[in-house]
Amino acid sequence: MSQYVLRRILIAIPSLLGISVVLFVVLALAPGDPFSELATNPNVPADVAASLRAKFGLDDPIYLRYLHWISAMAHGDWGFSFVSRMNVDQLILQRLPATLYVVGSAQILALLIAIPVGVFAATKPYSLFDQIANTLAFVGFSLPTFFTGILFILIFSVTLDWLPLVYTTDVKGTGIHWVLEMIRQAIMPVAVLGLFQAASMTRFVRSAMLDVIRLDYVTTARAKGLGQAKVIVKHVMRNAMIPVVTLIALQMPAVFGGAIVTEQIFRIPGIGSLLISSILANDTPVVMAVTFVFACLVVLFNLIADVLYGWLDPRISLR
Amino acid sequence: MAPLLEIKGLKTHFSTDDGILQAVDGVDISINKGETLCVVGESGCGKTVTAMSILKLIAMPPGRIAAGQIIFEGRDLVPLTSQQLDEVRAKEIGFIFQEPMTSLNPVLTVGEQIAESLRRHEAVTRKQALERTIEMLKLVQIPNAEGRVHHYPHQFSGGMRQRVMIAMALACKPKLVIADEPTTALDVTIQAQILDLLQDMKERFGMAVMLITHAMGVVAETAQRVVVMYAGKVVEEALVDDLFGDPRHPYTQGLIRSIPRIDLASEHKTRLEAIGGSVPILVNPPVGCRFAPRCRHAMSICTEKEPVLREIAPGHRMACHLGDAS
Repeated sequence: MSQYVLRRILIAIPSLLGISVVLFVVLALAPGDPFSELATNPNVPADVAASLRAKFGLDDPIYLRYLHWISAMAHGDWGFSFVSRMNVDQLILQRLPATLYVVGSAQILALLIAIPVGVFAATKPYSLFDQIANTLAFVGFSLPTFFTGILFILIFSVTLDWLPLVYTTDVKGTGIHWVLEMIRQAIMPVAVLGLFQAASMTRFVRSAMLDVIRLDYVTTARAKGLGQAKVIVKHVMRNAMIPVVTLIALQMPAVFGGAIVTEQIFRIPGIGSLLISSILANDTPVVMAVTFVFACLVVLFNLIADVLYGWLDPRISLR
Repeated sequence: MAPLLEIKGLKTHFSTDDGILQAVDGVDISINKGETLCVVGESGCGKTVTAMSILKLIAMPPGRIAAGQIIFEGRDLVPLTSQQLDEVRAKEIGFIFQEPMTSLNPVLTVGEQIAESLRRHEAVTRKQALERTIEMLKLVQIPNAEGRVHHYPHQFSGGMRQRVMIAMALACKPKLVIADEPTTALDVTIQAQILDLLQDMKERFGMAVMLITHAMGVVAETAQRVVVMYAGKVVEEALVDDLFGDPRHPYTQGLIRSIPRIDLASEHKTRLEAIGGSVPILVNPPVGCRFAPRCRHAMSICTEKEPVLREIAPGHRMACHLGDAS
């Protein structure tokens, strides 16, 4: 098991290197660089700007710049943000908790909705409950988060004034008050992101359950007189969860992508809004590092999915 | 003596897009204690649906038991809820399915799948259930039962899986075992082993066996009594010797003629006889005898009036107009 995980981590290294090459090349080809602002600043003489560019190696060929960057990254030097005036690694560590808190809670909310609803709908296909669940799920994933997000803000913040409009990291107060306030300000972003995820996941759980429920071994389990609940949970769900785990892992990039939009709407100072603001400010070291962190998270979730897979399905041996 | 299981006028219908499919249409079958009864017929004759109806294992909906009684030890099972039937399932009536490859849950060990039945129906601890499971695996001649009990189904061959299925069906020592084509998916040498094992178990536990098959060879070897089904109805029923010695229904005759005969083949090479055509789709069954379109003896009355099942000799019943004429 641990050997399998170790091997998977080793395999992840070349794929992360590949991703970093692609990211670096794309960013190098994109217009604008960290000094483009200096170039347009009339207070900075042209020769100063040019010598700065030479000093930081910005006019070197792309492969040299890449090697320079990757070795620095490997040494733990993630660069310096010109806009925020601080080290990139510190900046990311500052922003990451908010994203993980919101995205993680949203995923948990999505699972808590999707699994029971999907399972129950599949046990009574075409019943009233199933029809309602299906319709809501369809509506749910047809509505983009930037729409539902603004709708939620309009209803719960502007009209009803129940929930805070802007998410802040420096919540005032201590102890239980701090916890409650953290929960209160996360309700809307988590609900928007979580409900969107839950909608597509519910439909997937339902169809995975329906695929399994008509299989021979489920009839075998019924013939043992185990009772409906036990047949569904022990025999159907366990098998139906295998494709669901894959889907959730494959959806992680989309979840982080969706989080970028949600973070913008709710002004969450997370890693997604950091990415957007640094792209707009041509803060290349930050853009590189953030996209790389996203890539690492996606690879990590794939690894988790593979381990879960082996645990759920004994036919897959973790060797 | 009252039979162990008595199916009276069972009708199992399925609603489909084309209309009501009358998969089982008025079947009477009875099984005595300790008896082996074979139910034969082509695929699509309603054999499996009849068997599945006994424990309500058919999908409901679209399936529905439209009429009839299923009396097991004096109690009608048809009105029981699924929850009430759970007390009968595995404990009183065990079930062996056709496909050992797909009838075992791939993510649970075979031991767990046998033991869960024991734990459900008998007051046993986990440890006792495991011991009983190992005992059952030994009984069905699985080598190294102590080790194999922790293995998953994919680590077993088809024949071994069917042994596991038998162990599972017999774990709670039911009074009746329904085996739905238990050997169809296996190769010939394994088939014989599994049938021997089933026979062996039957003698050891003294249970009745309802063996569903389409192989007449299997019938001749194992059955005491035979029920021949065609298109959702019983067409002939007799003791095994009477059926093979004096088959009355043209369908039964056809089935028997279609058995390859190695002893005759050496003398004169003849084409193996087949029954032309196929089983009708039972959405709008033909009026009269359902076998008439394929019957070589069909008369005008056959397409007008449905023949009734009646006794033509002691213990020998059949449904054909031919008997009336003679």
